[in-house]
Amino acid sequence: MSRENLTGRYPDASGHFGIFGGRYVGETLIPVLQEVERAYAEAKADPAFEAEFRNMLKHYAGRPTPLDFAERLTAAVGGARIWLKREDCAHTGAHKVNNVIGQGLLARRMGKKQVIAETGAGQHGVATATIAARFGMGCKVFMGAKDVERQAPNVHRMRLLGAEVVPVESGTATLKDAMNEAMRYWVNVARETFYVIGTVSGPHPYPAMVRDFQRVIGDEARAQCLERIGKLPDEIVACVGGGSNAMGIFYPFLDDPCELLGAEAAGEGLDTPRHAASITGGSVGELHGAMTYLLQNDEGQIHEAWSVSAGLDYPGVGPEHALLHDLGRARYCGVTDREAVEAFDLLCRCEGIIPALESSHAIAAAIKEAKRRPPTDNILVCVSGRGDKDLGNIAQYKAAHNLA
Amino acid sequence: MNRIDQTFRDLAAQNRKALIAFLTAGDPDYAASLDILKTAAASGADVLELGVPFSDPTADGPTIQEASQRALRAGMSFSKSLQLAADLRRSTETPIVLFSYYNPIFKYGLERTAREAAEAGVDGFLVVDLPPEEAGPFADALAPTGIHIIRLAAPTTTDDRLRILTDGAGGFLYLISRMGVTGTGGLDYDEIRVRAEHVKARCPLPVCLGFGVSTGEDTRALGAFSDGVIVGSALVKIVAQGGDVCSNLKARLAELREGLDAAAPVQA
Repeated sequence: MSRENLTGRYPDASGHFGIFGGRYVGETLIPVLQEVERAYAEAKADPAFEAEFRNMLKHYAGRPTPLDFAERLTAAVGGARIWLKREDCAHTGAHKVNNVIGQGLLARRMGKKQVIAETGAGQHGVATATIAARFGMGCKVFMGAKDVERQAPNVHRMRLLGAEVVPVESGTATLKDAMNEAMRYWVNVARETFYVIGTVSGPHPYPAMVRDFQRVIGDEARAQCLERIGKLPDEIVACVGGGSNAMGIFYPFLDDPCELLGAEAAGEGLDTPRHAASITGGSVGELHGAMTYLLQNDEGQIHEAWSVSAGLDYPGVGPEHALLHDLGRARYCGVTDREAVEAFDLLCRCEGIIPALESSHAIAAAIKEAKRRPPTDNILVCVSGRGDKDLGNIAQYKAAHNLA
Repeated sequence: MNRIDQTFRDLAAQNRKALIAFLTAGDPDYAASLDILKTAAASGADVLELGVPFSDPTADGPTIQEASQRALRAGMSFSKSLQLAADLRRSTETPIVLFSYYNPIFKYGLERTAREAAEAGVDGFLVVDLPPEEAGPFADALAPTGIHIIRLAAPTTTDDRLRILTDGAGGFLYLISRMGVTGTGGLDYDEIRVRAEHVKARCPLPVCLGFGVSTGEDTRALGAFSDGVIVGSALVKIVAQGGDVCSNLKARLAELREGLDAAAPVQA
């Protein structure tokens, strides 16, 4: 495993994480992104911005979230001790709130009157609508027409929060097309509008900015581990779609002797076309402004991603994950739909925690790791969100696959 | 000499403006697309832009998005776009520019793309999501072939950035006439005139205007203060409508040509 100092080293001044990342966008968007980059650099250097961010994380989002020892799950698995970082306890029910508070504050600081967002399952859309309501800003959420149908409760939530949901019919009418449409729309209205990207992906400065807003997960968990366990965990596990909760929890540990494992959605299997595992089942390419790993055919056309968990259903991955993979600093593995649903059940029954299907991928991977490790080892898992939104999908999945 | 440079030199000598026709490669299918492109070359287009269809065309409006989808469904790809350029080259000396998103080129391989594009008789690449900061590797691959990298400049591009854009660029500068994505309409001639004159004074290359250009009235207005115009969605719509596409295309190109020639009367 690489032991070079990684914290603060990436991205470079031009937004690259080694060969990954960058700013592959049309010329019309360049000045817009440069404005965001400048504004973020100034905000980052301003103690008042940091203080306001911390204040909202505490009083609005309910941080710090707990570090929870999963005693019965540990006993049921038989192996290393499993610790849960409980992002499901944060306001809106997922880690997404950390990022939208940060970007919302930045948008307000820049004097923007409206925020826009893309969303797949609707979680990032709900989080963006939440912060827009809190700040009294207009909010428009682009969502694939297919997802609008599949995720009706979240569409309802966004509307309750005062957001306009724009169904996107183009392309495959899913998350990637929602992001395409958000970028097209943004070009026209950038003067008064801020684009809140939901994950550590997209053009520079988004991957670094979203990571910085999400690193609070890892900063808290690191201090909590030292306090509760008396040492650092041996391994840290998180699910990876775009990869924002994973980047958030990994980042403060990059220079520590901790193994990092990202669980990608292997859907119906990496040997089928129905998965969303960009690193373990894709190849290098450029999409939505960044060089990274993608699901694509031999001629560079992007595939639709597939997973039982709509939040992992994205054909790319954050460029910093691509770098960590190539450096060997983090490992990435595939977790199938079935393994995720089984892990979901186990966490519900053992701990009284209903995790998001996304997070269930991390739990499944952590269970495998715990089994191969001695009981003296400690594994930290990010429970990125709560699973109430998934109950319908899980019932459907179980009915279709004859699971009890 | 690169065919694009030769064309602009010839046009300048006649005080004429360039009519640049964009059509999606492989729309509605390979054979029909080849006929359509041949018709465009024979009907007054000075430069042909072949749009390589891509699954995620973030800079394009609905018309070209739908054309890309039609072409992809009919089996079009980047390699077949190169083949289409080669087939087209057998019947015309009109300059050919491949207009693409970066990923299909990157995936095909930069050296391989440069080599095969040169063999096909391609004269320029316009890569919509490849700003100069990211273009180094592809520029290096193209350098030995003499194929130009054509750059886009936006209404919001600063003078400093304009220098970065034109450094290493060739052929002509594609000046985007208005904010937003590709599509017809929405042009404010007076605003564009101010912008075009500003840019022309700072750009060593011919400056051509695109996005929103669709009628003879547009070409007549824009031709007066540019070196040419790019017409895309308006032509792609003709393909989408079906029927006698080649006749309709020919008629539209004649209208556009007439507008341009009226903007810059041929000197006796």
